[in-house]
Amino acid sequence: MKDDRIWMSGNEAIALGAFEAGVAVASGYPGTPSTEIMENLAKYEGVYTEWAPNEKVGLEVAIGASFAGARALATMKHVGVNVAADPLFTASYTGGRGGLVILTADDPEMHSSQNEQDNRNYAFAAKIPMLEPSDPSEAKDFLIKAFELSEELDTPVFLRITTRIAHVKGIVEKGEKLTPPVEIGIEKVPGKFVMLPANARKRRVAVEERMEQCREMAESASYNVIEEGDKTRGFITSGVSYLYVKEAFPEAAVLKLGMCWPLPERMIREFAQSVDELFIVEELDPFLELHVKAMGIACRGKEIIPGQGELNTAIVRNALDPSSQDEIFSAPELPMRPPNMCAGCPHRGIFFNLSRMKLFVSGDIGCYTLGFLPPLSAMDSTVCMGAAVPIAHGMAKALGEDAHDKVVSVIGDSTFIHSGITGLINTVYNNSAATLIILDNRITAMTGQQHNPTSGSNIKGEPAREIDLEGLCRSVGVKHVYVVNPHEVPETRKVLKEAIALDEPSVVISKAPCVLLPELKLRKPVSYFTNQDNCVGCMSCIRLGCPAISWTPFAEGEAEQRGYKKKQKGISKIDEILCNDCGQCASLCKFNAITRGEG
Amino acid sequence: MEKQGNILFSGVGGQGILLASEITAYSLLAAGFDAKKSEVHGMAQRGGSVTAQLRYGSKVYSPLIEPGCADIMVAFEMMEAARYMPYLHRGSKVVVNTQQILPPSVATGQATYPENVLDTLVDNDIEVVKVDALDVARELGEVRTVNMVMVGATSAFLPIDPSVCTEVIEKRVPERFREVNLQAFAAGRKASE
Repeated sequence: MKDDRIWMSGNEAIALGAFEAGVAVASGYPGTPSTEIMENLAKYEGVYTEWAPNEKVGLEVAIGASFAGARALATMKHVGVNVAADPLFTASYTGGRGGLVILTADDPEMHSSQNEQDNRNYAFAAKIPMLEPSDPSEAKDFLIKAFELSEELDTPVFLRITTRIAHVKGIVEKGEKLTPPVEIGIEKVPGKFVMLPANARKRRVAVEERMEQCREMAESASYNVIEEGDKTRGFITSGVSYLYVKEAFPEAAVLKLGMCWPLPERMIREFAQSVDELFIVEELDPFLELHVKAMGIACRGKEIIPGQGELNTAIVRNALDPSSQDEIFSAPELPMRPPNMCAGCPHRGIFFNLSRMKLFVSGDIGCYTLGFLPPLSAMDSTVCMGAAVPIAHGMAKALGEDAHDKVVSVIGDSTFIHSGITGLINTVYNNSAATLIILDNRITAMTGQQHNPTSGSNIKGEPAREIDLEGLCRSVGVKHVYVVNPHEVPETRKVLKEAIALDEPSVVISKAPCVLLPELKLRKPVSYFTNQDNCVGCMSCIRLGCPAISWTPFAEGEAEQRGYKKKQKGISKIDEILCNDCGQCASLCKFNAITRGEG
Repeated sequence: MEKQGNILFSGVGGQGILLASEITAYSLLAAGFDAKKSEVHGMAQRGGSVTAQLRYGSKVYSPLIEPGCADIMVAFEMMEAARYMPYLHRGSKVVVNTQQILPPSVATGQATYPENVLDTLVDNDIEVVKVDALDVARELGEVRTVNMVMVGATSAFLPIDPSVCTEVIEKRVPERFREVNLQAFAAGRKASE
């Protein structure tokens, strides 16, 4: 492989594209499958990158940079666009000066998301052009095109990827670093940038003119391509679906839409007329299909192609030729292997306690959402980033004063800063006694260890101002703020009980670092082990659900044979390689059967 | 270049599957193939069942392996070999690490680890190559090389010379781990030859 041909993921390719496009400012909030874009971009010289506290702030930062004439990028996962929707819809009116691109990473199949919304609908609703690459190589090229388009038409431009672009690796060719056409500096254009009604009405007209211009450009743009082929079946497709069509029907005629909004009507009409039967292959919503049908063109789409989950070659082939499916083995019946909190995870101590306190636990988005799973089963709702706090408040208000001690909310440090803080302000201002537990593990863990305003470092790992969570909670008016070490399980339970019993707002900060933090991984953890002679088989440690602890059941008569009480059903064992030295199990063991080892 | 193939890596989050698939991909690329690889990040990686899909050939479009179309499965754990059986066909090869990692339901005594879990594969004319990769890695004094033992074991079934793989390891693995990883590769290769 030559040096200018690099094996990289879609996300790495987009970072490279941003560098080559001359992006000056990039801001984002981590979210699978978008996270690695900003992580990789932060490694390039000459690009300012940052983790914003949420996607709305991230987009507003990018808008500001664009107003200053810089090429600016905002990255987020699909649901992040919901958070950023407010500036998004008006940035469509203002346009910018430097190119402005919003990267949305959608997650069909919900590999790591709470819904599978199709963000192509945002392009239509906000009147913003959207490019959609099919693989890592196109992802890089299309990002650069998106900046050019943004400047040419004075509009923000969406680049939409999905999990199978973001986390797919392929060959990408390196290019030259470009010099953006706009010079960075202050230029006051109030008619464009100040969106009070009189100006907005004028810009409203400009938006329509620009979309018309864009529609015209789409008719001859390099990213919309007709691939000649067998005309008995013609396919209109975009994004990763294009690849499935190419594999399932390699001979067929294809109209590949690199721009999925606005659509090139003449091109589509011409293609439709040239084929006997027209199929639209797209993941999730019938987005292309609805607009093609609105042109009065007959086609088949969602009546045969699933509208839920990811597609693949087999699904596309079988949708058209159901008889083509070979015999597929079915898997034997096996115990499930769901994801689990790591050995030594501080969240486990909190959820172990909550699982025993008969509460409604209003949860949030992060690794700790795994507190939902057995054996802890201690999360009763999860909706979106930050929702834990207001949902608990709303429940407390509905349940009335007698039930204020039945509801708690749980949120991570990064999610609290993202959008939990406003919920807490509401809890205090409108006064409910719902207790909030902040799981401060010093990092944004689920997405792979990103820094945030509470971690003391910026995206490059350089020292940054660190928010004092305790002080922040007090300053918004919470009088009762407790800090606990979640690894001390019984101690933590006492504090939780005290906080929950109060009839005023209270916050419990659970403070212990994520075991995956690089500095914790470097240490040589001392492992705990079971003194099997002392184990009475009470299963207190087993109920933690720690991956390092397992249960060995006794065979008939084995208990007595080995000198245990006749009724004992088995013993627990700690895997000393997996153990991460948290000591939660030891704090629960009443029989001195778990001891910390000596190195 | 006529040859093409689909390799499915399966195992448990944290076993080093992504690195193993990465070294294999680089080796195929170095041998002149086109390739695409698909993996999933985020929540799935926290100790759950994970896969990486690697496809190679003269030109690869889709990054996903179709059900029934994996030629080789590299399974880092026995139950995770059986779980992805729908991807296999008669004649597929499964290089499996004979390690057992207990899922939560088994570790807490709610379920039992299935006995002879690989029999279903063998009964369906799937060729199973067993490698005790954890034991091999232990003998080398570095349990974290399980993934490279598996890469070595798998390399025997790829249309490439082992020297291509060792060159990739030399280039891609940090110096302080290089020697032990090369040993792990060689030991894995020997185990499946």
